Amino acid sequence: MDLLEYQGKQLFAKHGIAVPSGEVANTVEDAVAAAEKIGYPCAIKAQVLIGGRGKAGGIKIAQNAEEAREHADAILGMDIVGPHGEGPFRVDQVWVEGGSDIAEEYYASVILDRGEKKLLAMVSAKGGMDIEAVAAEDPDALVKRHIDPSGFDAAAARSIVADAGLAEDALDDAAEVLVKLAEVAREEDATLIEVNPLIATAGREVVALDSKVTIDGNALFRHQDLAEIADTVDDPQEQMAKEKGLTYVKLDGNVGILANGAGLCMSTLDVVAQAGGAPANFLDAGGGSKAEAIVNALEVIKSDAKVSAILFNIFGGITRCDEIANGIVTASQQIDLGMPLVVRLDGTNSEEGLRILAEADLPNLHQEKTMLDAARRVVELAGGAA
Amino acid sequence: MSIIVDEGTKLAVSGLTGREGSFHGLRNKAYGTDLVAGVTPGKGGQDVEGTPVFDTIAEAVAEAGANTSMIFVPARFAAAAINEAIDSGVETVIAITEGIPVLDMLSTYWKAKEKGVRLIGPNCPGVLSPGKANVGIIPAQFFDPGPIGVVSKSGTLTYQIGNELKQAGTGNSSIVGIGGDPIVGSDFIDILKLYEADPDTELIVMVGEIGGDAEEQAAEFIASDISKPVVAYIAGFTAPPGKQMGHAGAIISGSSGTAQAKKDALEAKGVRVGESPTETAAIAAEMLRSL
Repeated sequence: MDLLEYQGKQLFAKHGIAVPSGEVANTVEDAVAAAEKIGYPCAIKAQVLIGGRGKAGGIKIAQNAEEAREHADAILGMDIVGPHGEGPFRVDQVWVEGGSDIAEEYYASVILDRGEKKLLAMVSAKGGMDIEAVAAEDPDALVKRHIDPSGFDAAAARSIVADAGLAEDALDDAAEVLVKLAEVAREEDATLIEVNPLIATAGREVVALDSKVTIDGNALFRHQDLAEIADTVDDPQEQMAKEKGLTYVKLDGNVGILANGAGLCMSTLDVVAQAGGAPANFLDAGGGSKAEAIVNALEVIKSDAKVSAILFNIFGGITRCDEIANGIVTASQQIDLGMPLVVRLDGTNSEEGLRILAEADLPNLHQEKTMLDAARRVVELAGGAA
Repeated sequence: MSIIVDEGTKLAVSGLTGREGSFHGLRNKAYGTDLVAGVTPGKGGQDVEGTPVFDTIAEAVAEAGANTSMIFVPARFAAAAINEAIDSGVETVIAITEGIPVLDMLSTYWKAKEKGVRLIGPNCPGVLSPGKANVGIIPAQFFDPGPIGVVSKSGTLTYQIGNELKQAGTGNSSIVGIGGDPIVGSDFIDILKLYEADPDTELIVMVGEIGGDAEEQAAEFIASDISKPVVAYIAGFTAPPGKQMGHAGAIISGSSGTAQAKKDALEAKGVRVGESPTETAAIAAEMLRSL
């Protein structure tokens, strides 16, 4: 689960890391009121879960109320596309914060290194820009060091920030920030914490001017405050799926997909794409997919107006295909899909499942024997690519 | 031979008294696995259809001779159960539980390394050695004994490929689900090493997916250390960046962890990568015939 910039900064503040003071606003009026309170210059910053906001015009400095209004009006409601094509993300909130007197811009992060199975601290004196580009151009400019699982103290942190070449009079404060970032990782179950830029002000204070924080969704049971944030999902289908307890990811095609198991589901999206189609979603029905789960899944898929055909790809292991078939029959009595449904059932009790479907003789239901044939058929029925 | 589980496996199931644990534990027993104990704190002295239940895994080791532990404990207690298993004296711990906080696994991973205990999973379907033993939730009916070793991050995708191999008239030495979490006890490389040393394995099928760089590391390792042919499949070419695709570990971060990067890394080292599960099984069956 990713946090918005201001949510990440609130987490930083909780752990004693200096951040500029500010307020969140959902409307232009609120943004102007916040700016008036905070004073000028102030920054109006789009709150979306993606980097590259500045380049996209999502961060502006206001010198007076008029400019605050102008910028908030432009930013609220804009769509921002990420540097790797993510999104678009609609801006519903802005964060208004006091201007900072920036002397230097650094970069600091603590991330989970999956390969090495350790937390990794990274620091650079070249902050405020795309850190991947900095590292590609000048690898020595980014100091990377694993955090000793038995402890991470100020001395270890200081050697990292010193090696990164931060200003001498900022080293102690920067080291303290790094120690606290590691503390945020461990205590808040964050798998990625990035501060870009981490600034040294003219008054020689070290302040986190931005935040990118990812919290482990599996650990939310021990973080009540963060679990509440996780409950707010923007996308209507993703919200509906979440309420129904389904693992769903929205994509932008027209072929609705349901499969059992994350791997098989990803593979199903791939073969649909290979057959020339565009998947509308990822939906893992999980094990033991009973009628109720199938009704729920079909409702979520159908509520996406782009979907024009649906593929059910089931390989029954523990899940029995006869149960799935009964679920499909029940579901089709409860909801009117109004579009073709292609079903591929294989694995445990598949013959019985196929017999149940054949006997039910459901309109608009098409059976295919293999995953590849089913993919081709659903793409054809969906009318090609979206 | 086979790897990790076989006729010598003496299994203790943590969570055997729970619904899932008893269903799968007893299924494993019905397959022929030597299920020697269940473990549930506070339920020592009871039994589950004749299998004695102990309060601790250490007791299951001391009194029932368990050498393999399977963890079927709810996520928030699972890391503690795995840690207990690592300290108990078993050789192998197979953790099925999905949803364990990853930072808990960080310390557990190093604890297992330090104690020399083989940890498989978490968030995995377990290990099956056809005809010998099944520890986990893999439906054994789709797999016959044979010369192909399978190692995979995914459960159902493995069943799909296993079934196609069976239909092609071949089978498996073992099937190992390493799990779909960001931190798992054994990576592709750990299992590839075991297959390389296993005389009954002639060919290896490796099934990966988006996220992390375990496939890229495996590609390097295959080039340097594996003499047996390897066929791979990667899922998630259509996955968008930044979205978790079901498995906690299946996420493209920025520009890293993509399916294309993994495929390219494997092909650069001469590993054939199938376009679909079907093609992957077909390539494996064909390569086996020409060995």
